[in-house]
Amino acid sequence: MIRGENISLKLGEKTILRDISLVVDPGEFVVLLGPNGAGKSTLLKVLALILKPTSGRVIHKYQGSDREEDIKRKIGFLSHRSFLYERLTAWENLEFYGKLYQVADLTRRAEEILEQVGLSYYCHDPVYTYSRGMVQRLSLARLLLHNPEMLFLDEPFTGLDQKGGEILTETIKVLHEQGKTMLMVTHYFDRGVDLAGRILVLNKGSKVFDGKLTSSDLRDIQEFYRAQVETE
Amino acid sequence: MEKEGAKSKTFGILGALTFLMMLVNLYLIFIWVPEEKILGLVQKIFYFHVGTAWVAFFAFFVVFIYSILYLKTKDSKWDRIASASAEIGTVFTTIVLITGPIWAKSSWNTWWTWEPRLTTSLILWFIYLAYILVRGFATEYQKKAQLSAVFGIIGFIDVPIVFFSVRWWSISHPTLFSGSGMNLDPEMLFTLLVSVASFTLLYFYFLGKLVSIFHVRAELAEIKRRLKEHLG
Amino acid sequence: MRKIFWIIWKDLAIELRSREVTGAMVLFALMVLVIFAFSFLRPGEKLPPEMIPGVIWVTVAFAGMLGLNHAFLPEKQNDTLTGLILAPVSKSAIYLGKVGTHFLFLLLVEIIALPLFFIFFNIQMQGSVLYLVPVLFFGTAGFSGLGVFLSALSVHTKSNELLLPVILFPLLIPLLLGGVKATGIVFNASWADPVWVGAYWSWLRLMAVFDIIFFTLSLVLIDYVLEV
Ligand SMILES: Nc1ncnc2c1ncn2[C@@H]1O[C@H](COP(=O)(O)OP(=O)(O)OP(=O)(O)O)[C@@H](O)[C@H]1O
Ligand SMILES: [Mg+2]
Repeated sequence: MIRGENISLKLGEKTILRDISLVVDPGEFVVLLGPNGAGKSTLLKVLALILKPTSGRVIHKYQGSDREEDIKRKIGFLSHRSFLYERLTAWENLEFYGKLYQVADLTRRAEEILEQVGLSYYCHDPVYTYSRGMVQRLSLARLLLHNPEMLFLDEPFTGLDQKGGEILTETIKVLHEQGKTMLMVTHYFDRGVDLAGRILVLNKGSKVFDGKLTSSDLRDIQEFYRAQVETE
Repeated sequence: MEKEGAKSKTFGILGALTFLMMLVNLYLIFIWVPEEKILGLVQKIFYFHVGTAWVAFFAFFVVFIYSILYLKTKDSKWDRIASASAEIGTVFTTIVLITGPIWAKSSWNTWWTWEPRLTTSLILWFIYLAYILVRGFATEYQKKAQLSAVFGIIGFIDVPIVFFSVRWWSISHPTLFSGSGMNLDPEMLFTLLVSVASFTLLYFYFLGKLVSIFHVRAELAEIKRRLKEHLG
Repeated sequence: MRKIFWIIWKDLAIELRSREVTGAMVLFALMVLVIFAFSFLRPGEKLPPEMIPGVIWVTVAFAGMLGLNHAFLPEKQNDTLTGLILAPVSKSAIYLGKVGTHFLFLLLVEIIALPLFFIFFNIQMQGSVLYLVPVLFFGTAGFSGLGVFLSALSVHTKSNELLLPVILFPLLIPLLLGGVKATGIVFNASWADPVWVGAYWSWLRLMAVFDIIFFTLSLVLIDYVLEV
C-alpha cells in the first residue's frame, strides 16, 4: 500500500505539485492521466521516493521491514529514460542492477527475464547497438528483475510498435493478475485504461479527478480529458 | 530581523548607532590616536585592515551557521541570511586584500607577502567567490540554496586548515620579514578595538539591509508567480 | 558494503570498453610533463630539485581534474543517476563508489606517469621512493574524495565543467601544499636529519587530517547534494 499525504513540490518559482493526497491499495491498478506538463512524471518520482516533496509525506507499507532500503526493493519504476548503461551489455546491466537489488539466484533470474522480453539472443551486445524498442524491452526486464510489488509506469507505450504495444499490454495484464499494485501514466486510452480499476486526473499540479470507472464513464472522462488538453 | 526589515525601530537604532560609532572611529583613527613613530601616517590603514579582516572571517562564520540551519529546516529565511552574509563578506575580504598590500608596501617595502593571515584572506576570497558562483550556476532557487549551503559548510571548515597549513609553510621557510610584530600602545589598542566594533556594527547593518532586500525580492517573485497563475 | 564494490565494478567495466577517461587522463599527464620539460629544462641538464614536487602535483591535479568531470556526467546519459537513486543503495554508497573509481583512475595515471617523470627529468632522490607512496596515497585519496563530492555538487548546475575547478582548487590548497612539501622533503632533504624527518611526518599528518575531515563531511552532506 502506498499513501501520499498533502504532497506539494516547488521548483524555483513554479509549483509543480499542489497538495496531492492519495491512497493506492495493494493489487489496485490506477491510471494517471493529464495533459503535458501536468506533473504526472514528477508525482510518480515523488511516490517512488526518487524526489523529496517540498512538503507532505509519502508512506509505503509492505510485508516485511520498514527500512527504506527494503521498501525500495519492493518498488519498480519504468520511465521514458531507460536507466541503462549504453556501454554495458544487456546482461551486464541486469547483473549490476540485480546486485544492487540483491536479487536471489541472479543468473537464473536474469536468463528467465531476458527470455521473457525476447532479448536472449542479444544479451551480450552492448546497449548502444539496440533499437528503441529493444531498449524499451530491456527497461522492462530491468523493471521486473527484482520482482517488485509496486510498479510505477511512466508512458510505457511510447516508442513501441503495434506488436510491442500488444506484448506490453499483455504483460501488464499478467502482472495485474499476479496481484501487483500499479500506477501508470499514459496518453493512450485504448490501452491500459480499460484494464484500470481507477483513474486519477492531474491538471496543473492538482488532482482534479479520482474515482472508479465503469465503461460508460470512460467516454465522459475521455471527453473531459480532451477538453482539458484543448484549453491548454 | 526580516519581517519588519529595514523599517523596524530596532533596525533604525542599529543604523544610528553604526553611524555614530563610525564617526567616533574615524575621529579616533585620524585625530586622536598618536601616529606610529616609524611608519607614520600610513600606519592608520592598519585599523581599517584589521577591522575589515575580522568582519570578513566573521561573515563566513555566519554563512556557516545559517547554512546548517537552512539544511536542517529548508526555510528560505536562513538561506537569505547566509547568502547576504556571503556577499557582504566578499566585499569586506576585497577591502582586506586591497589594504593588505598597501600596508605591506609601507612596512616591508613589498606589495605582497605570503604571510599566513593575508594568504588565508586571499584563499577566503576565492572560496567566497566560489560560493557566489555555485549560486549563479545553479538553476532553480531550491538548488541554489541547497548547494550553496553545502558549499558554505565545507568552505568554512576549510578556512582554518588553510590558515594552519600556510602558517606551517611560512615558518618552515626562512622568513624575510621577521620583525613584523609591532608594539601597540594602549591608545592604539583602544582605537583598534573601537574600529573592530564599528565594522562589526556596520556588518550587521548591511546584513539587515541586504536580507530585507532579498526578502522583498522573494516576495515580489511570489506575487509575480501568483499573478501569472491568475492570468494564465 | 558490497554495493560500493558493484558500483566501482560497473564503472570499471564501462571504462575497460572505451578507455576514454583513463586514456585522456594519462595522455594529458604526459603532455603536461613534456610542457614542464620544455619550460624548466635545458637539454642535458637536470631539473632543479625545487621544481620536482611542483611538477608532480600540478600534473596529478590536472589529470585528476580531467577525470572528475566524468565522475557523474555519464550518469546523466540515460538518467542512470536516477536509476541509482531509485535502487536500494544509500547515497553515500554511490559517492564512495565514485570516489573508488576516480581514485583507481588517478592511481593508474600516477603509476604510468611517475616512472616517465624520473626518466624525462633525470631525477635522483635523497629519500627512499617508499616514502613517496603514503604522500601520493593521501594526496590522491583527498583529491578524489573532495573532488567527487564537488563534482556531485556541480552536476546539477549548468556548465558544471566550468564550475568544478573554480570551486575545488581553493578548498584543496592545504592538501596540495602538504603534498608538495612532503614530496620536496622526500626528494631533496637529507633523511639523516631528524628535523626534516619530523617535518615530513607533520606534512603527512596534515594530509591525513584533511582527508579524514573532508571524507566525514562529504559522507554527512552527500544526501543533500544528490537529492535531485
Ligand atoms: N527538473 C525540472 N526543472 C524544472 N522544471 C521541471 C523539472 N521537472 C519538471 N519540471 C516542470 O514540472 C512540470 C511538470 O512536469 P512533468 O514532467 O511532471 O509533467 P508530465 O505531466 O509528466 O508531462 P508529460 O505528459 O509531458 O510527460 C512541467 O511544467 C515541467 O516544466
Ligand atoms: Mg511525463
